[in-house]
Amino acid sequence: MSLILALKNISKSYPGVKALENVDLQLFSGEVHALLGENGAGKSTLVKVMTGAETKNAGEIIFQNKSHDFASPIAAQQVGISTVYQEVNLLPNLSVAQNLFLGHEPKRFGLIDYRAMVKQAEQLLTRFKLDIDVTADLAKYSVAVQQLIAIARGVAMSAQVLVLDEPTASLDADEVQILFDVMNQLKSEGVAIVFITHFLDQVYQISDRITVLRNGKQVGEYLTAELPRAKLVETMLGKELEHLAGYQEANQTSASAATPETLLAFENVSAKGSIEQFDLEVPKGQAVGLAGLLGSGRTEVCKALFGVDTLSEGSITLAGKKLRLSQPSDAINAGIALCPEDRKTDGIIGPLSIRENIALALQARLGWWRYLSKSKQQALADLYIDKLQIATPDADKPIGQLSGGNQQKVILARWLAIEPTLLVLDEPTRGIDIGAHAEILALIKALCEEGMSLLVTSSELEELVAFANKVVVLRDRKKVTELSGHELTSQHVMQAIAEG
Amino acid sequence: MKELVQEVSAQAEQGIATNTLKSTNEQALAAARAARYQVGASNNFGRYLWPSCALILLLAVNLILDASFFTIAYQDGRFYGSLIDILNRCAPVALLAIGMSLVIATGGIDLSVGAVMAIAGAVCANLLLVPEISIFTVIMAGIAVGILAGVINGSLVSYLGIQPIVATLLLMVAGRGVAQLINQGQIVTFQNDAFAFIGVGNWLGLPMPVWLVIGMLLLCQLVLRRTALGLFIEAVGCNASASRYLGINDNGIKLFAYAIAGLCAGLAGMISAADIQGSDANNAGLWLELDAILAVVIGGAALTGGRFSLLLSVVGALIIQTLATTIIVSGLPAKYNLLIKALVILAVLLLQSEKFRNQCKGLFTFNSKGAV
Amino acid sequence: MFAQRYLPLWITASLLVLLFMVGAFQFNNFGSLRVVVNLFSDNAFLMITAIGMTLVILSGGIDLSVGSVIALSGVAASVLISQYQWHPLAAFAVILPLGTLFGAAMGAIIYNYRLQPFIVTLAGMFLARGLATTISEQSLEIDHPFYDVVSDFGFELSGGAWLDASTMVLALILFIAILLMHYSRFGSNIYAVGGSEQSAQLMGVPVKRTTITIYAVSSFLASLAGIIFTFYTFSGYALAAVGVELDAIAAVVIGGTLLTGGRGFVAGTILGVLLMGVIQTYITFDGTLSSWWTKIVIGLLLFFFIVLQKVLNVKDASHA
Repeated sequence: MSLILALKNISKSYPGVKALENVDLQLFSGEVHALLGENGAGKSTLVKVMTGAETKNAGEIIFQNKSHDFASPIAAQQVGISTVYQEVNLLPNLSVAQNLFLGHEPKRFGLIDYRAMVKQAEQLLTRFKLDIDVTADLAKYSVAVQQLIAIARGVAMSAQVLVLDEPTASLDADEVQILFDVMNQLKSEGVAIVFITHFLDQVYQISDRITVLRNGKQVGEYLTAELPRAKLVETMLGKELEHLAGYQEANQTSASAATPETLLAFENVSAKGSIEQFDLEVPKGQAVGLAGLLGSGRTEVCKALFGVDTLSEGSITLAGKKLRLSQPSDAINAGIALCPEDRKTDGIIGPLSIRENIALALQARLGWWRYLSKSKQQALADLYIDKLQIATPDADKPIGQLSGGNQQKVILARWLAIEPTLLVLDEPTRGIDIGAHAEILALIKALCEEGMSLLVTSSELEELVAFANKVVVLRDRKKVTELSGHELTSQHVMQAIAEG
Repeated sequence: MKELVQEVSAQAEQGIATNTLKSTNEQALAAARAARYQVGASNNFGRYLWPSCALILLLAVNLILDASFFTIAYQDGRFYGSLIDILNRCAPVALLAIGMSLVIATGGIDLSVGAVMAIAGAVCANLLLVPEISIFTVIMAGIAVGILAGVINGSLVSYLGIQPIVATLLLMVAGRGVAQLINQGQIVTFQNDAFAFIGVGNWLGLPMPVWLVIGMLLLCQLVLRRTALGLFIEAVGCNASASRYLGINDNGIKLFAYAIAGLCAGLAGMISAADIQGSDANNAGLWLELDAILAVVIGGAALTGGRFSLLLSVVGALIIQTLATTIIVSGLPAKYNLLIKALVILAVLLLQSEKFRNQCKGLFTFNSKGAV
Repeated sequence: MFAQRYLPLWITASLLVLLFMVGAFQFNNFGSLRVVVNLFSDNAFLMITAIGMTLVILSGGIDLSVGSVIALSGVAASVLISQYQWHPLAAFAVILPLGTLFGAAMGAIIYNYRLQPFIVTLAGMFLARGLATTISEQSLEIDHPFYDVVSDFGFELSGGAWLDASTMVLALILFIAILLMHYSRFGSNIYAVGGSEQSAQLMGVPVKRTTITIYAVSSFLASLAGIIFTFYTFSGYALAAVGVELDAIAAVVIGGTLLTGGRGFVAGTILGVLLMGVIQTYITFDGTLSSWWTKIVIGLLLFFFIVLQKVLNVKDASHA
């Protein structure tokens, strides 16, 4: 095995955010190298730098002993680094064969030779155990097959490094096995594979080495065989077990109160492509945490609750009444508020002002005819800007210009304004600098003390443990266990995530 | 929640005072609160600047070319003058632009408004030939036709999920055929002074079409800004997904926008029919949808949706009409009209593109620094 | 041939044949070679324009300027030939490259400044029409022996059908277009950009070059169509071909091409023009139906095909 790709001291910054800081990565030919890290760790930025989709600010990329500075993904492709993205990024309207050979079609007398192309396509795909009609449109095939075709395209272009970005996210068990067979075969042919995923089982199944990123830094490079799960999870979430002791006691007092009535109950809830047979109870006036790695089903629980995903099985009841949730307004009318995980696409309305963003949820609840006049909006905004300490001297500027932390506060403000019965927060501290973390955490704790019922998902275990009465652990879209009372410590949560 | 709204109202009525803080902090807080809304106000002023300057510039050019440009005469209870002409002639496009602003704000477009004008004109003209039908019914019919067309467009976009260009293209192509059908291929004429008043009459000295524009502008402003509809339209246009997460019915909002565009087209169609006391299905509103879109774009709205301003769109319509007038007044042959219009549009488009503005800035800094 | 992607083509073709047979059944002389050949020669200029429009729409864009470019090249030709006594071929040799440059400029603005094709080509439409009216507001007659020669040129086919020069030019353009779209990398690139510009970029497609070339080709074909149009009318007129862009777009949609891009065939567009032509011919033969029925029927056809596209594509999405 020879070193084929070395990333040395890679740094990359975006305005206001240090995405990567002095990251190293070593890739050997014929290995499967897993790249792990939570959201915001820098995985996707590293991949973009590696494959030419982004330019680095500092550091070196050494491919086959030569230093490179890729100006575009095509440049990287041309030297032999191929990427298969999570969204596949092929062309659904073209045929399989066309997708495989776009840009380097076999030609005869200057015209594309279809017969040769079809034949070569079929030959190529047999290496991947795919026996499909290569003249059919790509869109006809499942995501699993499309991914294999994307990999085949890379191989056809003589890729020596193959980067797979979350390839198994939409695959079922059988399809994952097929993919792994292909990966093993490519391994034996000397191809180096970078495997990005959040499914720990798969990491242990297929990878040879692991690199872990956290907060833009490389925090570990290991041989898979020598890394126990618990240590892996700990490295990813960055907790040293000793630190966490202090937070445990703080929570014990609230757990001793008499059991309150159940406010929200999930009974055997399943949704297509989402959670399975999920049970959950949120007692009134308590905070329940949802823990698990990215992709374990936490966001899916929130989406099902908010009417974004339709249930195929089971029921959700609020204060004893069964909820019929087909769209967000149903949930809102029932008194449920959701701060979504992806602030940018589902949360903030960028060009609108802070004042308007704060007032919108309440306005939508009131209906279009009961208008909150500008002065009422201002008063409402003032109330929450002061209460939540939103740092902005200008409340009429577009919210898109605020920092992540302040944007999150605005979203929190907008939902607090409707005085919800249940507040659902999906990764409230994601993509926020450390200082703002503490502020948001303090706000959540204050809400708990005021008696709000909360459902919070987070990968920040110590934060969850600090205010939650109970933490539900998820893995691979199923509930694994529930921790409360004396058992509710970050260590236990982490163990549950790692081992189940 | 009622309590919260009342609490908020009470706070608003008291001004900036708050009763939850110690008095030592009160003044600082009040000052901070007051300052919060000052900066924003000055930013808002900016978007009115360019279109207004353009309009004033054009008017000034006209004045230079023709000293009597601003003169307004009063005769027989009616004002006369070039300015009045401009206002009168741009009325149909201004009306269309009001409706078009809403559609574009939701991220869509309506190519059918010219054809809808023709249909509305045809319906009214034919109804006017039946003496038993009251003029009130005729006007209601015209409005209803417009709204119906808008609802059809809106349904295609919202509920069938068809792209706005495609959905409104249907009515644009078929609409004139429908109008011709209603007219049986003729240019239908009628004799009805009451209806004709819409197009040629005047009130308090100004032509009726101008009043219709003013009326529609005020009505829409009232409906859109005194209710949450304007805010919802902007929210849906900026981020439809986030709007859904907020519980806003984005399909309903889009339908509403198209319906209003249809309503405006119906009104504009009635003006144009009243003007010639007839209905010419082939020429009524021909290509006016393009002028309406241009008016909205010149007014500074983004074609991708978001913030809109009805007043700026009307200013855009005025700019288009004033441009046409300027060309005539300058003595340039009318044939240059389209060419100059095209160059103006191109200039506006480029200025709206951030990349172009950056390139221009880069050009200036290069010059000032003297070296790369 | 029978793959699902050709389904819209088959539907259009079937409708065309059906309508033609209805006409042939109802009217004498309808079902004759002469009528068929006339369908081509009367609509040759529209077909050529629509071929260019197909390329643009396949890439996910739109070109509203083609009608105006037709008028502009017609006016330019008439001015150069009649006023300046140029030989037509010399005039064409100047007009065609300039037309191509016009399109390339629009394509460059669209790509470089990330502006929407709709509004840029709308500006182009006004610009071309404006240039045409500036050059000459009146219709200018063309009187040149070359024109007489070309318009007399042709082949007589059975039944009095006449295959003229414009049809032959159309056949050549169609042949080249099909070759280009289905057998060259340029064609694959167009389909790729229409499928997903982002994916195409990542797969190495030269998106900038492709975009600019597409609009250049569209304007080139529109200029060519404009020249052919002068052979119909023996004149150049700034107000000619108003609304032709809409006819071209309608033909493209009826021919089965998605307005969002990525799917469709040039052959389909030809079928679309033929279908529109058959409807018009039917109405002419009938004599009692008014011509505005054409517009309504075409509107209904458009609606039918748009809904059809939606239905067919929903099926696709559920497979993926």
